[in-house]
Amino acid sequence: MQKNLKKLTKRSEPYIFLVVLALCLLIEVRSGQFFTANNLVDIASAMVVPGLFAIGTFMVIVSGGIDVSFPALASLTSYATTKILLDAGYTGGIWLPILMSMAMGALLGAFNGVFIGFLGLPAMIVTLGSSSVFKGLMQGALNSVQLTVIPKGMQSFGTSALFVATNPVSGLTSRMPLGFLVFAAVLILSFFIMRYTFFGRGIYAIGGNEVSAHRAGFHTKRTKFLLYVFVGMTASLAGLIRTCMMQQNHPTNMLGMEMNIIAGVVLGGTAITGGAGSLTGCMLGTLLIVIVENSMILIGIPTIWKSVFVGALIIIGTGISAYQVVRANRTGGFKSRIREVKA
Amino acid sequence: MTTSNNKTMKAPGLWARKDSHVVRLLLVMAIWLIFMALTKPTRFYTLINFQTMASQFPEYGLMSLGVMLCMITGGIDLSPVAVANLVSVLMAMLLKELAPDGGLPGYAIPLVFLLGAAMGAALGIMNGILVSKVRIPPILATLGMSELLTGVAIVITGGAAVSKLPMEYATTINSKIAGLVPVQLVIFSVMAVLVWFLLSRTTFGTKLYLLGTNPQAARYSGLNNDRLLILTYMISGIAAALGGLVMLANYNSARANYGSVYVLQCILVVVLGGVSPSGGRGKISGVVLAILLLRMLETGINRFPQISSYYISLIWGGVLLLVMVLDYFSAYRGPRKRKTA
Amino acid sequence: MSDILLRASGIHKSFVGVHALKGVSLEIAPGEIHCLAGENGCGKSTLIKIISGVYQPDAGSIEFDGKRLDKITPIDAILLGIQVIYQDFSVFPNLTVMENLALNSELSNKRKVVNWKRMRQIAEEAVAKINFQVDLDALVGTLSVAQKQMVAISRALMFNARLIIMDEPTTALTRKEVQALFKVIMQLKAQGIAILFVSHKLNEVFEISERFTIFRNGELVVTGQTKDLDAAKFSYYMTGRAFSEEQFTATKLGDKPLLEVKNLGLAGAFSDISFSLRSGEILGITGLLDSGRSELALALFGIRQADSGEILIKGKKTAITCPQDAINNGLGLVPEDRLSEGLFLPRSIADNLIIAEVDRLANRFKVFDREKRQEEVDRLMKEFAIASPNANNACQTLSGGNQQRVVLGKWLACGLDILVLNGPTVGVDIGSKHDIHAILQNLAREGMGIIIISDDLPEVIQNCSRVIILKEGKIVQELDAAEATEQAILSKMM
Repeated sequence: MQKNLKKLTKRSEPYIFLVVLALCLLIEVRSGQFFTANNLVDIASAMVVPGLFAIGTFMVIVSGGIDVSFPALASLTSYATTKILLDAGYTGGIWLPILMSMAMGALLGAFNGVFIGFLGLPAMIVTLGSSSVFKGLMQGALNSVQLTVIPKGMQSFGTSALFVATNPVSGLTSRMPLGFLVFAAVLILSFFIMRYTFFGRGIYAIGGNEVSAHRAGFHTKRTKFLLYVFVGMTASLAGLIRTCMMQQNHPTNMLGMEMNIIAGVVLGGTAITGGAGSLTGCMLGTLLIVIVENSMILIGIPTIWKSVFVGALIIIGTGISAYQVVRANRTGGFKSRIREVKA
Repeated sequence: MTTSNNKTMKAPGLWARKDSHVVRLLLVMAIWLIFMALTKPTRFYTLINFQTMASQFPEYGLMSLGVMLCMITGGIDLSPVAVANLVSVLMAMLLKELAPDGGLPGYAIPLVFLLGAAMGAALGIMNGILVSKVRIPPILATLGMSELLTGVAIVITGGAAVSKLPMEYATTINSKIAGLVPVQLVIFSVMAVLVWFLLSRTTFGTKLYLLGTNPQAARYSGLNNDRLLILTYMISGIAAALGGLVMLANYNSARANYGSVYVLQCILVVVLGGVSPSGGRGKISGVVLAILLLRMLETGINRFPQISSYYISLIWGGVLLLVMVLDYFSAYRGPRKRKTA
Repeated sequence: MSDILLRASGIHKSFVGVHALKGVSLEIAPGEIHCLAGENGCGKSTLIKIISGVYQPDAGSIEFDGKRLDKITPIDAILLGIQVIYQDFSVFPNLTVMENLALNSELSNKRKVVNWKRMRQIAEEAVAKINFQVDLDALVGTLSVAQKQMVAISRALMFNARLIIMDEPTTALTRKEVQALFKVIMQLKAQGIAILFVSHKLNEVFEISERFTIFRNGELVVTGQTKDLDAAKFSYYMTGRAFSEEQFTATKLGDKPLLEVKNLGLAGAFSDISFSLRSGEILGITGLLDSGRSELALALFGIRQADSGEILIKGKKTAITCPQDAINNGLGLVPEDRLSEGLFLPRSIADNLIIAEVDRLANRFKVFDREKRQEEVDRLMKEFAIASPNANNACQTLSGGNQQRVVLGKWLACGLDILVLNGPTVGVDIGSKHDIHAILQNLAREGMGIIIISDDLPEVIQNCSRVIILKEGKIVQELDAAEATEQAILSKMM
């Protein structure tokens, strides 16, 4: 028991959980509006798209890489899907759009994967380049414009609700979108992959030590390639769901999301150097960013303060964990190689 | 001994390979210039076109110079655009204060540049402290700063643009020295020469490259790593602030979110210019070439009205990936045989 | 069953332009402990990679257990029972001991889904084989070097290993841990497992192996019974040169101390350390890995700050809070791990040589005096006989011994009075080691004060005029050259 407790305090998830809880309580005390049914549903619904992005980003960072191309990828696939289906006069259900965009996402993810996995080029630069390519394809080749109408199937997927929550005081209602179910499914699937498949353990192993992973018998190149394919698929899914939920496709308004998503994942305790982190922490970190972005207004802080808070959060959050390492180095061994001296 | 001889014989090849990156960039640029000469000679090759380009590229060119220095230390700076915008917002407000009824006093422009650069330096020092003393990974530290500074600029302006500036500022910066050379180009050139001088003629430059190659060994060699990093991010902040002041003149207004595409563009430029993302390697000549190349590609494409200007993004990303793949294959031939022991 | 487990004969291997192996042969019997030695670059790593299937030989044949091996892959080698334990152990610091142990076997069984229960079973069995006590749920990154090595060995044993190749396994181990490792090796031998032990440490070769093979420049020099070997023969076979190692005696001892250390302490590392160093002498400081010797070196150089006591340089009390302070006061440190702490491998030799004195080659605006810089580089290249046609070549183009001289040169360029060397010849081959000792002795004769911190006892005894022995952070004994025998030092340091 004692041992378990000690282990728990060494992890970062409990801390970030406490921070999230404290923030929620603060908002609740100041506004009395946080723990209302409709606000919780609003937050859950606001989590869907960033959450999906965060899952992919989390896996990439654990593998020791980074991906800044997913917003462009999601924009391109969701735009192309919507546009093609509109032009074809598609009136069917949601399955074809999902399959189409995920297939495209897999293809574009594979594009990243070839450079990063098989050629071993630095992920940051490759995804920077591919993000530019995806944007160019969308805005140049497809000549993207805002689509205010979307195919019927997507429309009804976006408007139908799992349930509707009503705020008893204000009477405001919020719909829990079907997309949340998709998000939950992907989350569970990813949890299973990371914990119970050797593909997932390979991602951790590669993030820890790529050479060793290769010697241990992981197909490191293939694993990295498939990882980026998977990330492409989750990102494109997020893009499509966003289009459905907004009932329109705005080709550029996802661009620029990458930095906040990465920030959320890192705040959740995922090591930017790879190899360490948990999905639980990643979701808590993302939740923290989502709450800051969505609920500050409840305590009378105007939305223009959003960036200030997110920025301060990133600096303080990463600063605390980084400074702990500095202090540990100062009091403990300078090099990890030096063993602890027996007292 | 035989192996050592063998290796030293390879060394000239190694140098040629280093320079070959610059050669490759020159080649791409030459091809593009020839292509433009063949297709749009009258619309591309005009003095005014070149002057326009020279007044535009310093915006991101200045920022790229700073990002380059940070990348040589093995770090990165994602905050130049935020620094530029915050500085230009505040300086725009100052300009309006200085000229309540239109007339801008003579000392105003030098003052704005001095204050702006000082602010950039201060913000850069904050980045540097976060990176060196607090040891936040540079990508996160500068990302956080970027978000924070943008936020501050939004709060100050309420998200709106600061406009209706005294005309003198824009006209001065937009004027041409001797009727030929845009002032923006002069600002960029001064900064570029300064960075070149720092890197190749001073101990600071040597220390910077060595720090980027191996921070541990730098510490053991008696370098003050923390101070070097703070100085580097400070210079980057100054360069970004100057970029912001150029933007202020070019748009004749300031806003929290101007030029947000420049963040990634700067990194692209720097990497395309041959700076190693892992630090320790990179030359100013390559980066300047990449800065010019980007502008020429973009302006050139704009001369073809039937082609969407958005293709520039596609070409740009494509060129970056292509250069990386070429570097990969040329490096592949070389060092593989090294480990024989 | 044949009486030879592995027989490699006439192996050739070339890499573009480099003939790494020129027809070498090697034979190992089951249950034999065979030592493979040779200087860096002699081709021993290449042979290991050929045996383990990483490289294919250009010519020659490999027989394992009487069967000829053709074009095997690393996986084939593992399935045959050939295991390599690399110097870095190939462990995952971010995963638990259990996962580190079980991953390989699960992967070689081509499993796709993780069964944590079975993984734990596998791990438990693995550690039980060599009776290795460890918390299976601990992250490997938190283990000691020796424990990491045990993880690697336990992991290797799971594949019914018949030949285990250990690549310089003792480099980062304390003496006690080396003894523990040797005990495990003897256990493995008793189970009929052959060990190919790669090392160039003479005493280990004598202690553990029955037979030995020595390579030089890709050729087999000698193979035979270890009992027929002695130190002089060993270094002659390794290098092709005969050395007459000279015992150092201080000839020009200064009368005032250069460096005085009084009651220096650093919590958790060492305490109450007092000694003095005069010009012209070489002081040895020795002790086990956890004796605080490395921390003492770092504290003298200002990388760690001592929290009690004082340091006097030339009789003046001096605060050393950072490396710059140390250098400004004429004290330099040659770090233990030269590749990561001493050199900038991709940068030019010139930059590497001048970096510590760089500010002296510039005017007060920190702009280089280019003529002065060039002169200094030329002088250093010549003085330290650095074998390169051009000082602008990258430092990594140099051989190991030359790199070593660059590190020394960097410090000597600053005109230091005191040089502290932490493990000056760790991982250096015999030839270069001899050269370095000669340089150090010369420097002392010219009036420098030198401190050698090392656990290589022959090195300490031969080069030092006095020896201080550390144990658990305290000085337990000071011996002068006449009293300092290996036995005397060992009895105090354990």
